[in-house]
Amino acid sequence: MTVGLFIPCYVDQFYPNAAIATLELLEKLGVQVVYPLKQTCCGQPMANSGYEHLTHESNELFVKNFKEFDYIVAPSGSCVLHIKDHLHSDKYPAEANAIRGKIYELIEFLTDVLKVDKLKARFPHKVGLHQSCHGQRGLRLAQMTELVARDFSKPEQLLSMVDGLELIELTRKDECCGFGGTFCVAEEAVSVKMGKDRVADHLQHEAEYITAADMSCLMHMEGILRRQKSNVKVMHIAEILNAQEI
Amino acid sequence: MSSREQILASVAKNQPIPVALPEIPIFSSEKSDLVEKFTTVAVGIGSKVFRVNSLKEAKQILLKEHKASKRIISTFPQFSDVAEVSIVPSTDPHTMEDVDLAILEAHLGVAENSALWVTEELLPMRVTPFICQHLALVVSPKAILPLMHHAYEQIGMKDYGFGVFIAGPSKTADIEQSLVLGAHGPRTLTIFLLEEQ
Amino acid sequence: MSELKDHAALAENFNADELRVNWHDETLWFIRQKRDRSAHAIPDWELLRETASQIKHNVLSNLSEYLEQFEANAKANGVIVHWAVDAREHNQIVHGILKKHGVKEMVKSKSMLTEECHLNDYLAENGIEVIDSDLGERIVQLAKEPPSHIVLPSIHKKKEEVGELFHKHLGTAPGVSDPQVLTETARQHLREKFLTRRAALTGVNFAIAETGEFVVCTNEGNADMGAHLADVHIASMGIEKLIPQRKHLGVFLRLLARSATGQPITTYSSHFKKPRKGHEMHLVLVDNGRSIHLGREDFRNSLKCIRCGACMNTCPVYRRSGGHSYHNAVAGPIGAILAPNFDMKKAADLPFASTLCGSCSNVCPVKIDIHNQLYKWRQVIVQEGYADSKKTLGMKAMTQTFASPATFRLAGKAGRWFMRNVPLAVSNKLNPWYKQREMPVPPKESFGEWYRKNRK
Repeated sequence: MTVGLFIPCYVDQFYPNAAIATLELLEKLGVQVVYPLKQTCCGQPMANSGYEHLTHESNELFVKNFKEFDYIVAPSGSCVLHIKDHLHSDKYPAEANAIRGKIYELIEFLTDVLKVDKLKARFPHKVGLHQSCHGQRGLRLAQMTELVARDFSKPEQLLSMVDGLELIELTRKDECCGFGGTFCVAEEAVSVKMGKDRVADHLQHEAEYITAADMSCLMHMEGILRRQKSNVKVMHIAEILNAQEI
Repeated sequence: MSSREQILASVAKNQPIPVALPEIPIFSSEKSDLVEKFTTVAVGIGSKVFRVNSLKEAKQILLKEHKASKRIISTFPQFSDVAEVSIVPSTDPHTMEDVDLAILEAHLGVAENSALWVTEELLPMRVTPFICQHLALVVSPKAILPLMHHAYEQIGMKDYGFGVFIAGPSKTADIEQSLVLGAHGPRTLTIFLLEEQ
Repeated sequence: MSELKDHAALAENFNADELRVNWHDETLWFIRQKRDRSAHAIPDWELLRETASQIKHNVLSNLSEYLEQFEANAKANGVIVHWAVDAREHNQIVHGILKKHGVKEMVKSKSMLTEECHLNDYLAENGIEVIDSDLGERIVQLAKEPPSHIVLPSIHKKKEEVGELFHKHLGTAPGVSDPQVLTETARQHLREKFLTRRAALTGVNFAIAETGEFVVCTNEGNADMGAHLADVHIASMGIEKLIPQRKHLGVFLRLLARSATGQPITTYSSHFKKPRKGHEMHLVLVDNGRSIHLGREDFRNSLKCIRCGACMNTCPVYRRSGGHSYHNAVAGPIGAILAPNFDMKKAADLPFASTLCGSCSNVCPVKIDIHNQLYKWRQVIVQEGYADSKKTLGMKAMTQTFASPATFRLAGKAGRWFMRNVPLAVSNKLNPWYKQREMPVPPKESFGEWYRKNRK
């Protein structure tokens, strides 16, 4: 099985540790991983801003980069959801279609494809899990509080395998953090207020780390935490699942 | 082209390909005692519920609860000693303005939400259950059905000029979500579950 | 409220008072929680939603037939049926009925449609006074404001502010803010109106094609107090409010109040079928853009809406920006997908007032894919040329960089490309990201650079 590793542009640029952890984690689980060097962006920033019609070139590029793999895995629910919902290609329609069916967000790849039931990881800290909306409501990584349906949480399932980790409860289990792509600057006031409220929920429950399957939410919350001069850190879930702290 | 024709033509042009009407599935209802469920829900939304064996018993309770009531009206002849029981439908509804207590009958009740179904034929006039300060409704415990679907099954295609489901006293929470009973309609609702003799 | 300000600017004003935002957010979240408890008490809630959604799909796909069926049955019941192509015609019809009866004062129960049509203003210009009888609507009417929520019109008002309004207009003692006392004051004030007004207008929650009756749901009893005391009852409804059969009310009435406020049902679900003897009952069927909306394949599902307001209560943006920031009769997520149909230019900002978190679609009792429609409206608004030209230029630049791996790579020693090209990037006051958030710290190398060193 060969997995094409898709690293979202802003993770590549700002959060290489999340990407490295994803790669190492997959390798440790015996997966052959290739990172196509010519990748850039999935096109989501344009599409969510109403410019989906400008994403043809990044779509074609995405297809060229990833069509050959058995699976494509990315440490971002949001980017994966975008590809699943919106990747189209006039040049390679069949390949684009195939990619939409074989792209996975990291968590669901671990739980659903690799069926991971134990991890060699240790992270002895109090951790708050932020349910990023696109992963949760879009990819159904966890049950949503709005629905009357069986409870489950793929990220919690994995975090429970991490030695020493204490998962904190939140008052609002799955409220949006307010990042929202260009929303974070176009609607700055509401975006920041949402972020502050989300962060406060984690702080109130004494989280030492806030984690999520999407770095974008964490980048937003980190910006707020650091402005508040808080010691609480954000960390991508891949880094925790790959952690070997003593 | 009249507005009617214009709207209908525009709708007909733009409506999607016809999709069949779904069957209403059989929804699950609690196995628990219907009267008990009805009572719990009714009390939860501010109604008072009494199980009584006779209208006389209901009368005693009401007279105790609503001592101050000056004008009482009812559709039950059994209340004729304390209430006006023969109001003709042609009466001006505005004359109901000073009714303190109305004692009326309901066709059926719904356990899931404690709503009681009343139609015009059970009312002295339409405004009665709304304009009175306090309302009492009498229903048979055998007429308590589990869900709204069962209620509409029972109602079927029956004709009426006006019908209403009443669940609890009139209420509002429009000021800071603080619940206040007695918005424009009755301040209290008393429900009598009258065992049939 | 300035027409020129968009949602972001109005929301920023709203956020100037953070404690108030907290209060607004908590109040609405409380309702969302009540909705959750209520929904979770119904084991087949999701099946109920699905059934409602399918019934509404059937309605939309046979709407012209149902409208004719409804009209025929309503007429047979003695109801006078009118058709209004747009808001203006609706207002004229209502005015005509009132004029015919020499009515100068009318009570009105909640009707978002009349808000949409600006009926009160129209009638006021024609010398007719309208008293809104729903407590929340009366409060905003006294404050000379539009409702900020379709179910809870004065949810943005604190009780002290209501107290001040009542002191000024209804003569309560200064400083009174107890909701119990204020509600009692409104009860007495409005009772006098109910008893003296000869015409009453109500909205319509559901109209039944099979029987020609219509259902109005209230908790206060104001629709009934108005309609049963007045000589003339006028009911205004959008053409999408139809449902096929009476038994379908079983589905919708189970969903409506639970979704709206968490109540198992509203206090009153009044079924109006025939006028009182010797009195008139009018029904105005209003299109006002709905039939055009029906033709928009991607957006027609929004006509399934039963106006419960659940999407507003759950929306993290609505809760923190307030209903007035949507500058539209219907606020929140549902308002943001309905408004562009009526006026795309004026509503161009609304589909962007969302993070696309998707919570709205999950609470919607008729399963409207609200967040997907928000996404789709964004595409339409940009394509139709209603986007800011600066934004378009920025997006084009971004697209070019992403389309070329070489440019992307060149762009970055880690972080540098972002710092230059993404609008959130510069650490100064002009950068909206930096205003209240720190910038991410650029690492010493990007993942791409690390990978080349460590894996290839």
